[in-house]
Amino acid sequence: MNKRITSLAQACSWLAVLTTVGVILLFLGFLGWRGIDTINSALFFGNTPPWEAITGRLPVWHGIWPACVGTLALVLLSSLLAIPLGLASGIYLCQYASGPWKRWFSLAVELLAGIPSIIMGLFGFALILFLKKSVAPQANTGLLLSAGCLALLVLPYLILLTQTTLEALPHELRLAGLSLGFTPWQNMIHVLLPAAGRGILSGVVLAVGRAAEDTAVILLTGVVANAGLPSGLFDKYEALPFHIFFLAAEARSDAELAQGFGAALILLMLTAALFLGAYYLKSTFTKTWDQKDLMI
Amino acid sequence: MTTPNPGKDCRQKRRQRLERRQAAITGLLLAATLLSCGSVLAILGFLSYFALPIFSQGHLAEIMSWEWRPFQGRFGILPMAVGSLGLAVTAMGVAYPLGLGLCGFAHGLGPRCLRGPIMSLIYFMTAIPTVIYGFVSVIFLVPLVRGAFPESTGYSWLTAALTLSLMILPTIVLLVHTQLQQVDAQVRLVSAALGFSPAQTLLWVMRPLASRGLWAAAVLGFSRAVGDTIIALMVAGNAPQVPNALLDSIRTLTSHIALVVATDSTSQAYQSIFASGLILFGVTTAVNLTLRRLQSGAGTAAGRRDE
Repeated sequence: MNKRITSLAQACSWLAVLTTVGVILLFLGFLGWRGIDTINSALFFGNTPPWEAITGRLPVWHGIWPACVGTLALVLLSSLLAIPLGLASGIYLCQYASGPWKRWFSLAVELLAGIPSIIMGLFGFALILFLKKSVAPQANTGLLLSAGCLALLVLPYLILLTQTTLEALPHELRLAGLSLGFTPWQNMIHVLLPAAGRGILSGVVLAVGRAAEDTAVILLTGVVANAGLPSGLFDKYEALPFHIFFLAAEARSDAELAQGFGAALILLMLTAALFLGAYYLKSTFTKTWDQKDLMI
Repeated sequence: MTTPNPGKDCRQKRRQRLERRQAAITGLLLAATLLSCGSVLAILGFLSYFALPIFSQGHLAEIMSWEWRPFQGRFGILPMAVGSLGLAVTAMGVAYPLGLGLCGFAHGLGPRCLRGPIMSLIYFMTAIPTVIYGFVSVIFLVPLVRGAFPESTGYSWLTAALTLSLMILPTIVLLVHTQLQQVDAQVRLVSAALGFSPAQTLLWVMRPLASRGLWAAAVLGFSRAVGDTIIALMVAGNAPQVPNALLDSIRTLTSHIALVVATDSTSQAYQSIFASGLILFGVTTAVNLTLRRLQSGAGTAAGRRDE
């Protein structure tokens, strides 16, 4: 009886593994097979000469270049907003907060981490509605608003990762600096942060990947299908994930569909590269401090 | 010479400066933390502020009704709430057994040499953008479903549930995997000494000890599924109706928000999306509080038995 249950469980687990691996391979294979041929300079720049397009002298009509630039701008802006805030909050929670305050702060961060991305987008949308009603009637959704909402989306990951990485450092390391007469902040800057650097950096890279791939937030906060290169912080813009989303619903020709596959493959390569970078950083950090359960 | 000991004075000044700097830095860090944590309240505040007219103008019964026909003045969001719930439950129904199977495979049911590759694949799945799942599903799965069931358009509950299950799978697997790793460290030697095989250890020793982790994975996976927008928006069909069958088109609360924002609407339609937002906020908050309870108990329960 016992034995039969064991072998039944084994059979089920093999089934689950084979199904999952099969589906993922099918998924990646399908995407690669349809997408690999579309990756050339025409995918990015359409009929515009590449150099003119990159320098922005000529607009790109049938390429994904503006969407790539839009995504890059979004990621940079949201990183600028989220990284300092996330690191500072993580350091505070690890080093300075205590007692009931620490519990309340941690609860808030966990709640923030659980909020679906569409709610972040809705928050941005509500903010604009509010501004329109009150102080700035001409306020509209745009690049900066999206970046702000994306920053909110990745903020809790950054905070939690900074906090857990710092807390995972050996206790002796914390005491050594203090016993030599460092102030807590000097200890943080010169001992703990450098030691935790790779771990924190891996979290930052993962957060960048999340900001690059999210579609729901930007959907509500100012992305459009045809805006060209982003021209200002408060203007509409294009972005890679939205471009894919748009083409899935609105592609009118095989060429547009092929462009969708190309864009999807480019986005996948981008997030996969970020993911591998984060994985490498994290594994070297884990190796250094010999913490086996740090892999989140 | 006004001070008797210039050296002491100088040291004192330096110390004061250092202390002031210390206080400034702490203040700055505290401000950042308050800003981060305050954003939760800001989000809740804005959603509530815009949902408030529902109560003050007495639209609550209208919003909480079963019909969405904006042009005839019907703004019920209950079909979407049912859609969200149904989609999340079915996606979990596919993903949860799969996830448990995968975890079992990695922790004793399968050969040990395959554990690394399988877990790497699962980690890699977290890097796949949601919109790409949606895209491939629209191009590949939707025609497949349409071909198999000609009466359906292919954009259906079934298609969305299958796609969504793939997206939430890594969440479930990684949470259970972490929990099993912790339990494994505690019981491995004992159960091996008692003559259990790895498969038996997993089924009869680790599974009961990891039960909180299993619950937590179910709850978190469910909340991920409820919170997803893009897959539901792309492949579920988005008809505002209570679905009767798996091949029906459904609309979730999340895609309802996206759709109403995309099409310029009346103020009452806007009220309905803020109500939807509040519902989603409430669900994810409840999920988080549950998780917190589950996880705060997890270590101690296993630990007590260990001692």
